[in-house]
Amino acid sequence: MLRITDLFARVEEKEILKGLNLTVKPGEVHAIMGPNGAGKSTLGNVLSGREGYEVTGGKVEFNGKDLFDLEIEERAREGLFLAFQYPVEIPGVSNMEFLKAAVDAKRKHKGDSELSAVEFMKVAREASKRVSLDQAFLKRGVNEGFSGGEKKRNEIMQMMLLEPSLCILDETDSGLDIDALQVVANGVNAMRSPERSFIVVTHYQRLLDYIVPDYVHVLANGKIVKTGDKSLALELEEKGYAWLEDEAV
Amino acid sequence: MTDFQHQAIRLTSMQRPETWLESLRTKAADDWLAQPWPTRKTEHWKYTPLQNLQKTILHAWGREEVPLLDTLLENNLAPLNAYRLIFIDGVFDPFNSSKLPAEVVQFSKANEDQQAVVLKYLGTIIEGERHLFATLSNAWLDDGVLIHVPRNQKLDKPVYIVNVSTAAPVTTNQRVLIVLEENSSAEIVEHYFSADPVQQGFVNSLTEIHIGDNASLQHYRLNLEEEQAQHIGAVHVDLQRNARLRGFAIALGASLMRIDYQLNHRGQGGELDLQGVYVPRNNQLVDYHTNICHWVPHCRSNEAFRGIVGDSAQAIFNGRIYIHQHAQKTLAELSNKNLLTSSKAEVNTKPELEIYADDVRCAHGATVSQLNTNARYYLQSRGLSRSEAEVMLSFGFINELLEQIAQPVVHDYLQPRLAALFGRDNSLNEASSLLGDSNG
Repeated sequence: MLRITDLFARVEEKEILKGLNLTVKPGEVHAIMGPNGAGKSTLGNVLSGREGYEVTGGKVEFNGKDLFDLEIEERAREGLFLAFQYPVEIPGVSNMEFLKAAVDAKRKHKGDSELSAVEFMKVAREASKRVSLDQAFLKRGVNEGFSGGEKKRNEIMQMMLLEPSLCILDETDSGLDIDALQVVANGVNAMRSPERSFIVVTHYQRLLDYIVPDYVHVLANGKIVKTGDKSLALELEEKGYAWLEDEAV
Repeated sequence: MTDFQHQAIRLTSMQRPETWLESLRTKAADDWLAQPWPTRKTEHWKYTPLQNLQKTILHAWGREEVPLLDTLLENNLAPLNAYRLIFIDGVFDPFNSSKLPAEVVQFSKANEDQQAVVLKYLGTIIEGERHLFATLSNAWLDDGVLIHVPRNQKLDKPVYIVNVSTAAPVTTNQRVLIVLEENSSAEIVEHYFSADPVQQGFVNSLTEIHIGDNASLQHYRLNLEEEQAQHIGAVHVDLQRNARLRGFAIALGASLMRIDYQLNHRGQGGELDLQGVYVPRNNQLVDYHTNICHWVPHCRSNEAFRGIVGDSAQAIFNGRIYIHQHAQKTLAELSNKNLLTSSKAEVNTKPELEIYADDVRCAHGATVSQLNTNARYYLQSRGLSRSEAEVMLSFGFINELLEQIAQPVVHDYLQPRLAALFGRDNSLNEASSLLGDSNG
């Protein structure tokens, strides 16, 4: 599915990722935890292809392809999905127009025909129900005036509609109350399958009570410094990160 | 004095004006001839050269035999349940117009009371130097539309004034006078469009609006003409005490498209909102000049214009806010945002604030920018190509203002037409309302 080998990346001349290695197999859920500034969000941005993130070394293989040969949208169509930590508000662009364009782009890539407007609306309404987002949100501008929780649910709805093979959740739990957290977690759990993998980037152990990971990695100073199972998350909750950061230096 | 000015006055001999309008015409003709012709050094015409207009031959007025344009009208009119007045090349078309209520009348059919209203208000807002072509409108004053709503009355339906330009080489002078007496209200839509891509004429238009105490008006001005059109137009508004105006303007580009808004707060407690959208492409030009004057305290104005300028097109926006020393407690906001979608496109935007009172709150901003890269990244990360994302964001940029159009029929008329310019279709909105209906 995904093989990251010795990845180095920088933002504005500052080296953030310093030799990161990670392999994700189909159906696995990997949690990445770590202190602020460790490079957690950088990893998601580098993988999805955000401008301003410069890869200076290493390689990433995604479903047998060199990820860095692909444009942002090609990565998406190939099945990579990043749920944003801060989803962008786009007033004036209706959420449903945006979602349909995204779904159609994916379908065309697979050689399927575009959905008719009516077919799409039915699918979209179903998805909005599953994330408890009122249908009125389909008509509003993309994320425009959405609360933090509504934005995150919109991200999960997009994920459901696009059916990616690799989902990267970038601190999707930040700013969520417990109800919204459950909605998000239920959405993710419903999508778990032997073919689909998840990378759950989070600061807190709390989310992992709901989305139970197969592996927990600690990212510090730009690389994975420790890997364990879900019990590692509990240990981190108790002891913090400092003991691991010291190891990383 | 230019040939154009002379030509223009020669055209007046071909009119048959009402005698009661004669003195206004004569005086304006003199003023028009006495005005210096704008050059590149003339402040209000700096970026909109009139050389081409100057070379334009001013043709005769439209003829009475109105061509049959049924299908064309059907395809182009907004389906407003309204009192409709259709003008073809400036000539009233009684067959396609509605039966008019007592509040709406052509100058030529006005009774004595209505004539008195016209004489009381017509041409009172014009300042010669600033409004050269309003002076021309007076000189050419032959007929016009009066909408006069008496006090405490509400016009039960919108008034929809449609002006069609055919391919015929004609000159058009379109004049509207709106007078809302105390505590009255109305909704008025002025819609200009071309019946043919070939446009050889010149349209000069002027709408004057007097909003009385506690009265309120929704006003729309749609300039949806073909790109060969030459149109100079203006909307002049006086707002009295606690008067309210909600205005919306839109212009596609044309060979010459210059629209002036002159708005005066003359009574305390007045409120005005003016929004506008322009989308010139190819070699087109759009020029909006707006001038909001706060002459008295405790008024509010909020103005927002947005433009998308593509290809080799040019947009000019000049937004002046003047706050008189007596106009304390003024709240004024002006924003003009432009999106350039081509390296050859050009925008000249200039907010002008003149504030002579010390206790006011004013904000203004003008920007010319490229698309938001964060938003583009977000769309691309969901599988949209870069160009798809750019088109979607461009439309979204003006759709933000379209979304705020208060009259739903006008909104539903404009939105898909503008979306089509950006290659978007309306099937989703249709499907959504279809499903919404079936779900109850």
